[in-house]
Amino acid sequence: MSEQAPALELRRVNKSFGPVHANRDISLSVDRGSIHGIVGENGAGKSTLMSIVYGFYEADSGEIFVKGDRCDIENPQSSIKAGIGMVHQHFMLVDTFTVLENIILGVEGGFRLADGMTAARKELIRLEKEYALEVNVDAIVGDLPVGLRQRVEILKALYRGAEILILDEPTGVLTPQEADHLFRILDTLREQGKTVILITHKLREIMAITDNVSVMRRGEMVAHLKTSETSQAALAELMVGRSVLLQVEKEPAAPKDTLVSIHGLNYLDADDVPRLKDINLDIRAGEILGIAGVSGNGQSELLEVLGGILTPTSGSIRFKDQELVGSKAFTARNLRKIGLGHVPEDRHRAGLVLSFSANECAILGYHDKPEFNKGLRLDRRAIVETCEAYIKKYDVRPPDPYLTASGFSGGNQQKLVLAREMEQNPDVLLVGQPTRGVDIGAIEFIHNQLIKMRDAGKAILVVSVEIEEVMSIADRIAVMFDGEIVGEIAASEATETRLGLMMAGVRENARNKKAAG
Amino acid sequence: MTQEKVRFGAPLKIPGWVNYALIPLVNLVAAFVLSGIVILIVGDDPLEALKVLLYGAFGYPEAIGYTLYYTTNFIFTGLAVAIAFHCGLFNIGAEGQAALGGIGVGLICLYLDGLPFWMIIPLAIIAAAVFGAAWAYIPAYLQAKRGSHIVITTIMFNFIAASLLTYLLVEVVIDPNGQSPESRRFIETTWLPYFHDFLAMPETPLNLSFIYALALSAGFYFLVWQTRWGYEIRVVGQNETAARYAGISPAKNIILAMMISGALAGFVGINEIQGVQHRLILDFTGGYGFVGIAVALMGRNHPIGIFLAALLFGALYQGGSELAFEMKSINKEMVIVIQGLIILFSGALEHMFRPKIEAAYRRIAPRRPVEAS
Repeated sequence: MSEQAPALELRRVNKSFGPVHANRDISLSVDRGSIHGIVGENGAGKSTLMSIVYGFYEADSGEIFVKGDRCDIENPQSSIKAGIGMVHQHFMLVDTFTVLENIILGVEGGFRLADGMTAARKELIRLEKEYALEVNVDAIVGDLPVGLRQRVEILKALYRGAEILILDEPTGVLTPQEADHLFRILDTLREQGKTVILITHKLREIMAITDNVSVMRRGEMVAHLKTSETSQAALAELMVGRSVLLQVEKEPAAPKDTLVSIHGLNYLDADDVPRLKDINLDIRAGEILGIAGVSGNGQSELLEVLGGILTPTSGSIRFKDQELVGSKAFTARNLRKIGLGHVPEDRHRAGLVLSFSANECAILGYHDKPEFNKGLRLDRRAIVETCEAYIKKYDVRPPDPYLTASGFSGGNQQKLVLAREMEQNPDVLLVGQPTRGVDIGAIEFIHNQLIKMRDAGKAILVVSVEIEEVMSIADRIAVMFDGEIVGEIAASEATETRLGLMMAGVRENARNKKAAG
Repeated sequence: MTQEKVRFGAPLKIPGWVNYALIPLVNLVAAFVLSGIVILIVGDDPLEALKVLLYGAFGYPEAIGYTLYYTTNFIFTGLAVAIAFHCGLFNIGAEGQAALGGIGVGLICLYLDGLPFWMIIPLAIIAAAVFGAAWAYIPAYLQAKRGSHIVITTIMFNFIAASLLTYLLVEVVIDPNGQSPESRRFIETTWLPYFHDFLAMPETPLNLSFIYALALSAGFYFLVWQTRWGYEIRVVGQNETAARYAGISPAKNIILAMMISGALAGFVGINEIQGVQHRLILDFTGGYGFVGIAVALMGRNHPIGIFLAALLFGALYQGGSELAFEMKSINKEMVIVIQGLIILFSGALEHMFRPKIEAAYRRIAPRRPVEAS
């Protein structure tokens, strides 16, 4: 084995699922001590490829070399043995265990737990020092903020002797500040000679941190580039196969009447924990109001209260001059009748019934409208025709109204939900995470649809954890932290730092005070 | 479509015939093979046993009549369990709901027997449905509004129903001239017509309620797949969060589905009490409510599947008693073992062969080259 051999090398790796060729002749070489980015749209095959490297899947053909040695990676154990560690997008931690207990999970060592714990504690403290990964090893994982939990995952991989660290979409759940901190950690790891593979679809991150970048498209590697020699626009074009607009083109908003007016809105959840605290917001016709914030700061509850799913504890919501709180109209069903559309944050959990066909999903929430019923029966023909029209107008692929919802990709599922809610022509549209898990081509389409609705004089509320998305489509931006609106600014005055600070709970008029938490 | 695209990494779709015919068949064969081994161990010829079983169930007109009579009960309870399944509920209480349905029918036939036949028929139907539905309403309400688990409450309600039936038979409707806990015989104008009253066939307990069962199967299909109410029940059953999002009340639909379920189970009372026994007796539900769970599972909660599964269990009941009668080493308990094995394989172990069969199908199925999208 020579010193120059790359940390990880893949040669002509192939993987098929049934008729789908998920990875086609993938070759990849990752230098030692580098940060290597892998970008691609959803479904381009990034995750499949990394699952092969980490041993979740076995490749149909092809070879994997770690530091020049050929490795047969059959399962995660053999991959860990070869020095590969993975930090998953969704953390694999036991919330009720301490950091230490989580890290030694599966490698407790010895019969008596205490012996292993003592040894592990020493080793962990050394690792934390070496890589500047400060975490209290005795803290309960469930109490830690997301950024720290991710650090625990990184520590877990390092503790198992990882030389090559794979991070799958690591910043999806982080604030910009937390993401910056993560990048500093990755920098330190690189300095210490570790190799990092970063899977992401956020080009900003690729440009900020990586040395090299590989682009995947439709199961194939389309380019290997030095990051310093490329640009976001060039990468985006490679990912999609055509040039895309990263910034949405739109006219300035022409806001008219206030359609929804929220005053002093409070919501306590079932455990009496305040989730919404004294919310005041106006949603105006012809304007997109964006709600930014790290997920879990009350945005979901705000959407669900406005959508008639949760009942607020106190406050007032006026909808087109009608008071909703305490009125009969304040149910999800009746709100739809008076002109409210709602694209939920989570299409799998709420927006669709995955086992239903596309046409049955296309009437969810509107199934009792006269146009979908003929006497006692559902009018199957009208439903299928409606669904076909949605599919055509929103370019849903495959164009099959009988396919089950789970058979569509994320972006196409989202288009189906958007079509359903938008085509009922509501006056007010609530949209949660409009493009979560959606590929670039569809993002552009969805953003344009939202702008079109705005220009048609509709009032739109967009909740998104993607700060760039809020900045590019919203006309006004309100930031939520811990159930409160910490600030509201015009989109033209918003910068990423300004929003980022607000997302961390810093009020603009109280900058000198320390951020809460 | 010039270029077909399949979702990236999506598994190949398994066609209906594998799902609805092949897998149940494999489960059934496995159960029979194991039953055969058991019969071999007790010292009899399994093939001979199978022959006796089949002949006993279908071999002569009388056998067919009996088989269909049992089938009727299984259709009612199978549909009852299935409608609850569609709403995501596990109704273990069909047994108790059937008992209550029987009480309803019994009360009509005992106390309104002055009414003409054409009025008794609909009244008995209404009584069976309302009593069964009311009995299911209480656990449904507790589940929907209080979160008490429906499996626990419906099981307990079976015991309460059995006790209620016993109490009524011992204290209230007991025949003053009789010794056993049963009501007096209904007068003949309240009886449900037998098939042998109209058709040239030997005397069997098969009666008009078999037609009810077929009609209810059709109604079941119509309700679940063709109406907005069925749509709402299915949404709640598949995804309660989506239901809430869409303004569909889970509580309302849970109560509705359970009441339909209870009403369907109550029809067992019509077949047994009004159709065959012609008096209110103890334990007429005979475990049909429990077997209904297996029928619904095996029938994939679809009326056609439920009919086939009900026919299978009907044949097992009828052929099984013949078997116990004909073969020396096979007694009634042995027949229950065979039934139990079939329930085990088609219900509890339903997923045992599924992954293997699906994988085999994927290997054999022709591969089409498809672009990843």
